[in-house]
Amino acid sequence: MAAAHDATPIAAARPAAEGVDPKALHRRIMIGIVVLLALLPLGVYPIFLMKVLCFALFALAFNLLLGFGGLLSFGHAAYFGMAGYVSAYAAKAWGLTPELAIASGTLAATALGLAFGALAIRRQGIYFAMITLALAQMVYFFSLQARFTGGEDGIQGVPRGRLFGLIDLSDDRVLYAVVAVIFTAGMLLIYRVIHSPFGQVLKAIRENEPRAISLGYRVNRYKLAVFVLSATLAGVAGSTKAIVFQLASLTDVHWSMSGEVVLMTLVGGMGTVFGPIVGAFVMIAMESYLAPFGAWVTIIQGCVFVVCVLTFRDGIVGMLGRILRRPL
Amino acid sequence: MSGPQADEVVLAASGLTKDFGGFRAVSSVELQVRRGTIHALIGPNGAGKTTCFNLLTKFLTPTAGTIRYNGRDITRMKPADVARLGLVRSFQISAVFPKLSVLENVRIALQRRKRGDSFDFWRSERVLRALDEEALALVEDVGLAAFARAPAVDLSYGRKRALEIATTLALEPDMLLLDEPMAGMGHEDIDRISALIRRASAGRTILMVEHNLSVVASLSDRITVLARGQVLAEGDYAAVSKDPRVIEAYIGAGHG
Repeated sequence: MAAAHDATPIAAARPAAEGVDPKALHRRIMIGIVVLLALLPLGVYPIFLMKVLCFALFALAFNLLLGFGGLLSFGHAAYFGMAGYVSAYAAKAWGLTPELAIASGTLAATALGLAFGALAIRRQGIYFAMITLALAQMVYFFSLQARFTGGEDGIQGVPRGRLFGLIDLSDDRVLYAVVAVIFTAGMLLIYRVIHSPFGQVLKAIRENEPRAISLGYRVNRYKLAVFVLSATLAGVAGSTKAIVFQLASLTDVHWSMSGEVVLMTLVGGMGTVFGPIVGAFVMIAMESYLAPFGAWVTIIQGCVFVVCVLTFRDGIVGMLGRILRRPL
Repeated sequence: MSGPQADEVVLAASGLTKDFGGFRAVSSVELQVRRGTIHALIGPNGAGKTTCFNLLTKFLTPTAGTIRYNGRDITRMKPADVARLGLVRSFQISAVFPKLSVLENVRIALQRRKRGDSFDFWRSERVLRALDEEALALVEDVGLAAFARAPAVDLSYGRKRALEIATTLALEPDMLLLDEPMAGMGHEDIDRISALIRRASAGRTILMVEHNLSVVASLSDRITVLARGQVLAEGDYAAVSKDPRVIEAYIGAGHG
């Protein structure tokens, strides 16, 4: 059907796409998100919001790799969880201030992403996913055995401390403001990456890798760069979560966490700008508000996922974007 | 094609061999492409044309033999690095970036030539607008100005080819390797793309694999005929088309 459109001039063929600059719309949505972030704590439990924000940032980071780099990692829990351990350890054992603890966790995720990414990008498709999964499982078993991670117990009672040594974060509302700022900064950075000269090359590689090579792009370097960026931002999310919940545990390095972030991204809309935020909200809201159903939560989530994939394959936001005829 | 460098060899393959498992797809091929010519690689199905082509563009690694480009041994180089030397290939299935606009397709090539690598993820893509004017000129050159903002996926097959050529030319390559540029095209498109290739050949060397013999006859200065992985004949169209071995390979292929 694509070829059939060809005879008509573009202006007639695609009226909606030509209307409003999608970036102007994105800017408005981002302003809306910031306003929402400021208003939500008035009505919603801040701990819940902080959990959503941490996972939303995690899913955004993952979507950068999957949706824009075209790389399906099945081991992103490694960067999220390991960053959490390092951040928690730095805050508790070394007594670092929270911003330095988060920075340490992030740095650990960057290093891990660089090492694992360099290995994984040598293969494509399912093999890439399997290598990332295998490496993440190694991180899981390391976390189970290593002394500093506390094994089955994890690292508990992590002090939230004082931001820059000044602002006490023990008040949930103060901490919420910090988390909201971190999330917003992460979202803006990812948006910029997508819309940078680098992002343009990424899209080209995702669309047609052999062609990108034939134009002289050394694609593996771009893949590694986006892998490291994604791992780093997943690390920011994991480190922040450890400070918020004062806990780093095996849950966050477990393979099911890698699966969960895939679900969040797909439910929200892979390759969309805002999908992962919606996906994270939906999944965390289900976990929290369906908690009385106990183990049934997983089954309900599974059903939601199946329905999502069957009815709107490009996720909630992807579908909205199609209805509005604008890329969201 | 005349001039002081007319006889200079740009791309030379010697002893080029490729095995797939036990099957020898290309066997000791000798090929010399002279500067400024349009050189065609033809042969019946299964003659090893595409394998040969992929070896020359480094998308396959030869089992034996060497490839020299401008006197430099490129046998072990990576495809992206070969492209950076000005040896740029096209693909049989038209190679565009479907979701990018026509303009962006060309601009991504300009971006590589003008900026080198683009690892600046912190900068706005607005810096790329500096390339828009030149990209648009290239798009206009191949007659796609009306489609500049349309996604490449919406173009017809022939126009995708034209876009691909514009994208390739944005790199200002010294040498183009075209893999069956007329594959799957109707008469009108064939004439248009032939004209584009002829124009693109000004100041460049072109090597193309092509099935359509009338295109080969009208465009190429020199023809190499492959059969069963080996060079069967070489010369201009008049000479090659009279060669009994070539006639045998084409006509007699079905009778074994």
